Amino acid sequence: MNKTRRLISEYFDKYTVTEIDKYIDLGGFSGLKKALKEGPDFVIDSIQKAELRGRGGAAFPCFKKWTSAKNRPEPVKYVLVNADEGEPGTFKDRDLLAKDPYRIIEGLIIAGYTTGAKEGYIYIREEYDDIRRQMNEAIALAKSRNFLGNNILGTDFSFSIKAYTGAGAYVCGENTALIESMHGNVGRPRVKTPRVGERGLFDKPTMVNNVETYACVAAIMNHGWEAYANQGLNGHKGTKMISLCGNIMRPGVYEVPFGITVKEIIEEIGGGTRDLSLGKFIQSGGASCALIPYTHFDTPYTYDDFKKKGFDIGSGSIVVANGNVRVVDYLSSVSGFFEHESCGKCTPCREGTKRMHEIIDDLCLNRASDQQVNRLFEIADSMMDSSLCGLGQTAPTATLSAFKHFKEEIMESVTK
Amino acid sequence: MVKLTINNTPVEVPKSYSVLEACREAGFDVPTLCFMKEINEVGACRVCLVEIEGEKRLEASCVTPVKDGMVVKTNTKRVRDRVRTNVELLLENHNRECTTCPRSRNCELLNLAETLGIEELQFQGAKRERYYDDFSHSIVRDSSKCILCGKCVSTCKKVQGIGILGFQNRGYNSNVGPAFQAKMSDTDCVFCGQCVNVCPVGALTEKQDMHRVWDAIEDPEKYVVVQTAPAVRAALGEEFGNEIGTRTTGKMAAALRRLGFNNVFDTNFAADLTIMEEGHELLHRIQNNGVLPMITSCSPGWIRYCEFNHHDFLPNLSSCKSPHQMFGALVKTYYADKIKVDPKKMFVVSVMPCISKKTEAARPEMEQEHLRDVDAVITTRELAKMIKQAGINFNHLPDESFDKIMGEYTGAGVIFGATGGVMEAAIRTVADVLTGEDLETIEYHAVRGTDDIKEATIHVAGLDINVAVVHGTKPAGQLLELVRKGEKNYHFIEVMGCPGGCVNGGGQPQVPQKIRDTVDLKVERAKALYEEDQLMTLRKSHKNEEVKKLYDEFLGKPNSHKAHHLLHTHYTKRFK
Repeated sequence: MNKTRRLISEYFDKYTVTEIDKYIDLGGFSGLKKALKEGPDFVIDSIQKAELRGRGGAAFPCFKKWTSAKNRPEPVKYVLVNADEGEPGTFKDRDLLAKDPYRIIEGLIIAGYTTGAKEGYIYIREEYDDIRRQMNEAIALAKSRNFLGNNILGTDFSFSIKAYTGAGAYVCGENTALIESMHGNVGRPRVKTPRVGERGLFDKPTMVNNVETYACVAAIMNHGWEAYANQGLNGHKGTKMISLCGNIMRPGVYEVPFGITVKEIIEEIGGGTRDLSLGKFIQSGGASCALIPYTHFDTPYTYDDFKKKGFDIGSGSIVVANGNVRVVDYLSSVSGFFEHESCGKCTPCREGTKRMHEIIDDLCLNRASDQQVNRLFEIADSMMDSSLCGLGQTAPTATLSAFKHFKEEIMESVTK
Repeated sequence: MVKLTINNTPVEVPKSYSVLEACREAGFDVPTLCFMKEINEVGACRVCLVEIEGEKRLEASCVTPVKDGMVVKTNTKRVRDRVRTNVELLLENHNRECTTCPRSRNCELLNLAETLGIEELQFQGAKRERYYDDFSHSIVRDSSKCILCGKCVSTCKKVQGIGILGFQNRGYNSNVGPAFQAKMSDTDCVFCGQCVNVCPVGALTEKQDMHRVWDAIEDPEKYVVVQTAPAVRAALGEEFGNEIGTRTTGKMAAALRRLGFNNVFDTNFAADLTIMEEGHELLHRIQNNGVLPMITSCSPGWIRYCEFNHHDFLPNLSSCKSPHQMFGALVKTYYADKIKVDPKKMFVVSVMPCISKKTEAARPEMEQEHLRDVDAVITTRELAKMIKQAGINFNHLPDESFDKIMGEYTGAGVIFGATGGVMEAAIRTVADVLTGEDLETIEYHAVRGTDDIKEATIHVAGLDINVAVVHGTKPAGQLLELVRKGEKNYHFIEVMGCPGGCVNGGGQPQVPQKIRDTVDLKVERAKALYEEDQLMTLRKSHKNEEVKKLYDEFLGKPNSHKAHHLLHTHYTKRFK
């Protein structure tokens, strides 16, 4: 277990939501105080030096997003926490919100201060209703201590936070769908231009970040960017919250240093794969990401090493499959998920997810034809190339990667 | 201006253009299914795909703004393959009973499939659950043909301001319909049929009544009388390959006669009659401190909208029945008596540019002596079908006129079909009545055109009459709100339920979106009506000799007791 780190998760299990003083005693809100003292540019400079990337999945460099949000000339803008954690196998945001709610609030206040927003929103997935109630409690307590409200800590910066619940759709994790949902519309993505950074919530510039991103910013401001960066291994900077699950002895949420290998995560942190084998493949980053076969388990867990091989850190989920799992069965579950979660707006995703699932189910039953497999690729091409949003564009990724790494096994299921 | 390259052709277009508009201007046709300018710019169907240099994925050209230096390709293998796959995916989940579909002749999906050369679908997976609703008198909804483009949803909400239709469920199970799959007839749908007009496929169609008309014509016991609304003549020709805006009054009358109707009449006659009744009602209200503003009642879609949404304005509605209902009532009394036919054997058919008229004709109050005013309503589209079924070569027909004694009409009756027409016709008569003269001013251009709300003040005989004209239920609702707040004061308001008035009604020929994007149907079809008005020697309703005779011999005078009994009606508060 010594491979894990405790920086972003340093306060886990050390206080409960009613104990805001304990959070402060532990060092909480010192990041906010530092930010208020040093100014917005210092915050952006810190996250740039820490090389912090967005934790929602796209891994966009944070300082760029924060800088452009800060530079928007509009007087009214918003900062938003995307806590619609819907990626299968991902549950680290739940822990972050449940076990350290004030850190998220602190990160969000820093974001508001840095970008010039006066209001922040936390969009919490419907299934996390207990967390929403807890967040409301935390917001009220933070307000009573003047970490929220007017003239925060004697400065002329005022900020308020509201928690908001969705109605339960995976696609609402997509920024435009999330905002549509907050507007009371059906949770379907809209056309990208204008981007939410220009026109988002209530048609105002809106900066959306993942829960973990805000936690990282709070930690970076609290301990300094060097302290954060030094946590990584072999020259890689920082840590990542991962959700480890599947065929693994010790599933759970862990904070790991960037640079650790997949093998170390599975064996030393996760305790192995239940059947004593090394494991057959993992899916890292979520249902929309590639499968990583056991032959690549020596890959270091970093954005760059993964990207080079076509893998993803994504949301930080790692689903482990051992030797007992048939690849086609796994794909059936993945494609079934996308069929269920497609919003139905654009043709390739709405129809394509269904047809892919049908063909993969035929593969599971050993009755798919060569033509069907070819059709699978045609549909996948169209989905990736022409879907409206990221859901459809990435839904075929796992299937295509499986064909790349486990073609022989899959083709055994094709009728001759 | 922005410079870009499309298929190696340099193009210069305004900055506000989408890539789609730029492509079309450069002479490259990009197919679309869901796009409607400003109304449904959602990028959902993914068939207007183009390749843009530097972009990782293909882009939907309809929602991609042009940029300086952009290099666009519309016809690469990649584009063709993806469009083809997407259309195949639509077809796999489509109820492909094209041979028996009412839209197969001008189905946009079928046309696209044909253009792309999709001759075979290799796989047939599951199909989504089907919802079929033919319970209303006006609209049939068949979700098995829906391609979820959302044009009807946007039109209902954004154009008409009603919002009956919406997306339900998710992903593959998505469907478009009223909330909780309610029947259209159980909603506050006004049956304007604007959704039917924009549907690219056969998912929304009118409820057909042709067969009942054929049966009646065939029945030797029945005396079948047909009347045609003014707007029909301005669009019927389109169904026979004529240009939009071609006027086919004479050929239409000839065709109807050849279909076997015993009498071919014109609703314009009743339009003139409406002006007499409504005009005098207005004068009566103005002179006796009646409820003002008075609002027209010709459009059944508008009436239904008011009954559902604006209960406080029901007393403002003119009590006149709509012209074709008046006409039906008179055929079965005045005319039946003239020709000595038992009214019970009479069957009145209305050819209307409207599908809401079907629901209107079925309203319980639209009858007298237990005889329905109108027995069947068919649309312009259905009439065209009947003409084709009868094998009549429409374009070679001679021009004929309508039958006596309810076939005469004035120019005022003709322009009823365009927004502002009823108002203009009313002013022509009211001005003459008030001054007691035959005024030379006939055309009132202030109330013409397609602006949402048109206003005018008519100075006549020492009176200032403030009028307003509005078309489409959404602007109508907005105008009523202004009146309610006291910000606007009118004596008379003309409201038509459809944008542009009847010429753009839900029963008019369906025009592919590609043409709708460039031609303003409302304007072109209205032109045909104003042309006919100009050609008429009689252009004021009160000059109609047959109408005069009707009053002399039968009704007495406008708003007489008998007129009230036959030609006027009442309204009902309806709740959503």
